[in-house]
Amino acid sequence: MVESDQGNPSDELWQTLTKRARALVSDLEAGDFPGALASIEKLKAERDHSIYREVGKLTRGLHEAIANFDIDIRSTGVNDETASKMTHAEDCLGYVINLTQNSADKTMDMVEESIPLASELNEGALLLRRELRTLIKGQLSPEEYLDLYQRVDKYLAVADENSAQLGGKLNTILLAQDFQDLTGQVIKKVIDLVQDVEIRLVELMRVAGKVEDLTGIVQGARSLDSVATDDDGLNLSAEGPQVNAKNREGVVSGQDDVDDLLSSLGF
Amino acid sequence: MDKEMKILIVDDFSTMRRIIKNLLRDLGFTNIAEADDGSTALPMLRNGDFDFLVTDWNMPGMSGFDLLKAVRADEKLKTLPILMVTAEAKRDQIIAAAQAGVNGYIVKPFTAAVLKEKIDKIFERVGN
Repeated sequence: MVESDQGNPSDELWQTLTKRARALVSDLEAGDFPGALASIEKLKAERDHSIYREVGKLTRGLHEAIANFDIDIRSTGVNDETASKMTHAEDCLGYVINLTQNSADKTMDMVEESIPLASELNEGALLLRRELRTLIKGQLSPEEYLDLYQRVDKYLAVADENSAQLGGKLNTILLAQDFQDLTGQVIKKVIDLVQDVEIRLVELMRVAGKVEDLTGIVQGARSLDSVATDDDGLNLSAEGPQVNAKNREGVVSGQDDVDDLLSSLGF
Repeated sequence: MDKEMKILIVDDFSTMRRIIKNLLRDLGFTNIAEADDGSTALPMLRNGDFDFLVTDWNMPGMSGFDLLKAVRADEKLKTLPILMVTAEAKRDQIIAAAQAGVNGYIVKPFTAAVLKEKIDKIFERVGN
């Protein structure tokens, strides 16, 4: 409670001030003017001293709170080995991007390679089914029959080969989803760090608030929220995916909502 | 609908461009070009006889919304059908896009069926 700290010096200081004040009063009562002036000086010195001591304590607190942030010190060239948690978090998120990108690329490679294999199976099957219908009608000569037999055989070889390849590609796609586990763990770590930073920030604000009270710095009104707005004063700046659309106002929660909204506007 | 029509896909993520390209190819469209933001897309549109524009909203450089407005303000391009495929899901944004003249609006994540439905609808309306 910053407010209640204000004007409530430590017990020790309180006692010293009381003692000095009593001395001042007795000096005055005794008519000892120089003694009274000396007591006033001592009182003042005591107050100044206590303020310096408090400021000193808070400055140390502030310094520690800042040091606890573990901000990247590589840029200052102090020590390369102790790459900070912040730097580590950036690496973590970069790793997530890489991993998901690789997985998406691998999956799409497999899909793009699979499509022609499936088409080949499909086209071959369509052709053979048509020809088998003529076979059933008994319209084939022995030569044509042999030809058909060879083509069925060839198709089955293609089917064998393509289905084996498709199976392999599907398996690769399956394995390419392993990023989910890894990125999940890494993101969890970054969330922990963010929470840690939040706690330290609150501590830093608390200490900074005390310094301000003690030194009499008055906070001016601050407005940090300036959002880009268009001519009509609407905020249309891009936000990216809504991670919690259901709990936010003015946000659609899916394509059905979009369609409803647009049709309600007559589009 | 003309399957030979020339389509421009604008998205800053190559993965998303590739997905949309594959989905469009599956629907029979093969004449497809790509750009990674509005400022690259606009000159391509001005010089390229495109028949259809599919664009994301949130991109570095020129956003899809600004691209939409620029296309509608361009004498030569203003009737180009535009489909927005984006993660932007605020009602104000959707209304603003509609008012700026977008022809269809799809929120990510989306399905192949939704993409087909919107494209069909756009060209049904444009055709009439």
